[in-house]
Amino acid sequence: MRVESPRHLAELQQAFHAREIGFAKKLHICCGPGCLASGAADIVSKFKALLKKRHLTDFSLEAIKETGCHGLCEQGPLVVIEPDGIFYTKVKPKHVETIIDSTLERNEVISELLYREPHSQRCVEHYRDIDFYARQHRIALRHLGRISQYDIRDYLAQGGYSALAKALTTMTPDQIVSEVTTSGLRGRGGAGFPTGRKWATCRNAEEQPHYVICNGDEGDPGAFMDRAIMEGDPHSVLEGMIICAFAVGSAQGYIYVREEYPLAVQNLQLAIDQASDYGLLGDNILGSDFSFSIKISRGGGAFVCGESSALMKSVAGDVGEPRAKYVRSVLKGLFDRPTVLNNVETFANVPVIINQGGERFAELGMKKSTGTKAFSLVGKVRNTGLIEVPMGTTLRQIIYDIGGGILNDRPFKAVQTGGPSGGCLPESKLDLPVDFNTLTEAGSMMGSGGMIVVDDRTCVVDLAKYFLAFLLDESCGKCTPCREGLYQLHRLATKISDGEATEPDLDKMEQLSHMVIIGSLCGLGKSGPNPFLSTVQYFRDEYLAHIREKRCPAGVCRALIRYDVIAEKCDGCLACISACAVHAITGKKGQVHAIDQELCDKCGACHAVCTRHAIEVT
Amino acid sequence: MVHLTLNGKIVQAREGEVLLSVIRREGISIPATCHHESVEAFGACRLCTVEITKKEWNGWKDYVTSCLYPVQNDLIVDTHSPAVVELRRTLIDLQLARCPNSPEIRQMAEEYGITTTSYEERPDGDNCILCGLCTRICDRMGFAAISTVGRGYGRRVAPPLDEPPPDCVGCLACALNCPTKVIPYVDKGTTRVIWTKQFELMTCTGCGRTTITRDFAKSLGESRQISLQYFEKCDDCHRRELSQTMTRIVSWQREEKP
Repeated sequence: MRVESPRHLAELQQAFHAREIGFAKKLHICCGPGCLASGAADIVSKFKALLKKRHLTDFSLEAIKETGCHGLCEQGPLVVIEPDGIFYTKVKPKHVETIIDSTLERNEVISELLYREPHSQRCVEHYRDIDFYARQHRIALRHLGRISQYDIRDYLAQGGYSALAKALTTMTPDQIVSEVTTSGLRGRGGAGFPTGRKWATCRNAEEQPHYVICNGDEGDPGAFMDRAIMEGDPHSVLEGMIICAFAVGSAQGYIYVREEYPLAVQNLQLAIDQASDYGLLGDNILGSDFSFSIKISRGGGAFVCGESSALMKSVAGDVGEPRAKYVRSVLKGLFDRPTVLNNVETFANVPVIINQGGERFAELGMKKSTGTKAFSLVGKVRNTGLIEVPMGTTLRQIIYDIGGGILNDRPFKAVQTGGPSGGCLPESKLDLPVDFNTLTEAGSMMGSGGMIVVDDRTCVVDLAKYFLAFLLDESCGKCTPCREGLYQLHRLATKISDGEATEPDLDKMEQLSHMVIIGSLCGLGKSGPNPFLSTVQYFRDEYLAHIREKRCPAGVCRALIRYDVIAEKCDGCLACISACAVHAITGKKGQVHAIDQELCDKCGACHAVCTRHAIEVT
Repeated sequence: MVHLTLNGKIVQAREGEVLLSVIRREGISIPATCHHESVEAFGACRLCTVEITKKEWNGWKDYVTSCLYPVQNDLIVDTHSPAVVELRRTLIDLQLARCPNSPEIRQMAEEYGITTTSYEERPDGDNCILCGLCTRICDRMGFAAISTVGRGYGRRVAPPLDEPPPDCVGCLACALNCPTKVIPYVDKGTTRVIWTKQFELMTCTGCGRTTITRDFAKSLGESRQISLQYFEKCDDCHRRELSQTMTRIVSWQREEKP
């Protein structure tokens, strides 16, 4: 079916909306990657099979929706029964029948499947009352978990593509650019470049044709915001891109997605096909004389291909290596033509800005960082998952109020923001309002929104070493400071964690870091030493403990620790003996065990299995 | 014309020119190991980095590779500021750790007062500094037989799948332009081996010396529309024949004169 006019679109939206509210009950089953990994697909098929047999009078099979990521991945698989918003966690196939019997048929809530607030242990019945959700403000993630990820009708029922209709029929390209400029929207990929200014530069560039690219090459360890949007709400990205293309005068767009996101590739392609069938993509969009089409370009999963110039080379079919950007890619980008490259989340914000106006968006957040930001909150935090909060929310609010605090009530140590290019912030920075400027001033960066929380059992030297190793592997290797400099930094960090370093080595690392920063070709090298520099800035004592006292305070660096049995606590249960892969523990049942330090390889397996906490690490 | 300040002196440059070309014209010596006139600037070795600023930048400075940075009016360029010299020294130190046995890198290091690297030497080091000249020149020649493979610290130059490269014609452009002379090749009798691929060297029908490979002759013949017969003789013999012809022509003209 082709939508021939904005009016036709409005009629369709109304019809699909009516269909949605016509369902007496709807099942929203989370099919995000986290829930799929814990068995959501089986739950979907079991619901479908059972409900098909049961023929419930007021339940339509079409009301089973496979949605995108709900965010609270820790509690998956998640099933929400709408319109009441009853929220079931950790659902297993065996629960399906009970849910149908009790909740769908008799309107009874199954209390054991409800979410419990971590501190009060209070059972929460409704989605909206859970702290994790109640404290968020969702714009980019607005449809996640609320619509089927496979069906354009669900997106239209939510008023989807009305921003496109508004832009095409009531606004000029210049008005669109100025609306985006008014909103203060800054690039969500990490650098925070003002989106409106980028669009204006591209629009005014004389060379033709212009291109629009969506950067879906999210590669930070522990980050999945863009993935969730591409999988769960692909049409909002498409709509943002089409509006951008109309504003900057482009007829061809590309979405660059990594091959490791197969579901994102599949759902985006499905969305492109559906939008094309409806005449929302392709020639003469909504009956106008504007035409725009989108192709998916699949990347091989190289981290460096998230860098704009490398990404464009990769789209063009070359090896993804950055080039010097003394002429900016917005003027000389894909195929050396003017190109707007924005991140997935940036595009997902655009329809809301067009619909509600830039000023309203700018009211949210901070003065120089407006709107909201999605984060993936991971690490040693209770509620790991996907969140979105207004800019300026403090780290403490994010980690404690939304994240529910540190796992097992251990002390908070640091939070790594901005992925491998970002930095590690200590407890003294917990009340820092999160926005582009404050994070950079504190020695970290916003990045694309990965947030890794670590507790006192994480060694910062080990953490810096991990990120250096990641970057060493992901650097393209083109320029000397990044390729050789990161290698030497990693070697020196290893020397510290092996207890073989001296204080001049630490000075050498700092000097080399500054040289890598000023000397490297692209952002990867220029920000590569950040994890080291920020940890040494805030946790210098811990580095010095490794160097001077040959001690790892967190008990992580293998060369500097030892495991011992605390005789008073050991009850001789043999558990550690069977867990030890190198047979370093001896002892008989009921007698205190002992660890042979010569044989022990410090793997920590004994420590992990001992239920009486009788093994200490020093 | 563009006017800029280079190490305190006001100099002129053409619109669109890059800084390195101005720096070289002014006789200032800075290293640039990945730079070659015949291929596009690459910006990989970073040795030609200079410090730039402008009056209106209020003391803010930037570090750019001069091989790529286009000249601008009122730009103030310093090729030997303390930070730039420190960077250059660090880069050479890092390259020396990578290629401790390369005479060319050792010599460059000595110019910067480095005799041994202050970093950990690469255990499996070869003398390749990954400037990419070989692959870029091979592309430029139109063959693209070799490329860099892998990434990060594991990056290296290799033919596809480490097998004899099907597109290589044995022209030696890669080996002869390598700044650290790290690409091996062997000419023995009428065979040449490079990148583990064997080539037949043509023999000059005039003097009997070996010339270019038959594959290279074929490729040049096809792409430049030159008869294959032309390559049957070496350049010296071509020249000799030409001079003999010229002598004959001149002598005919003399004979014809009354």
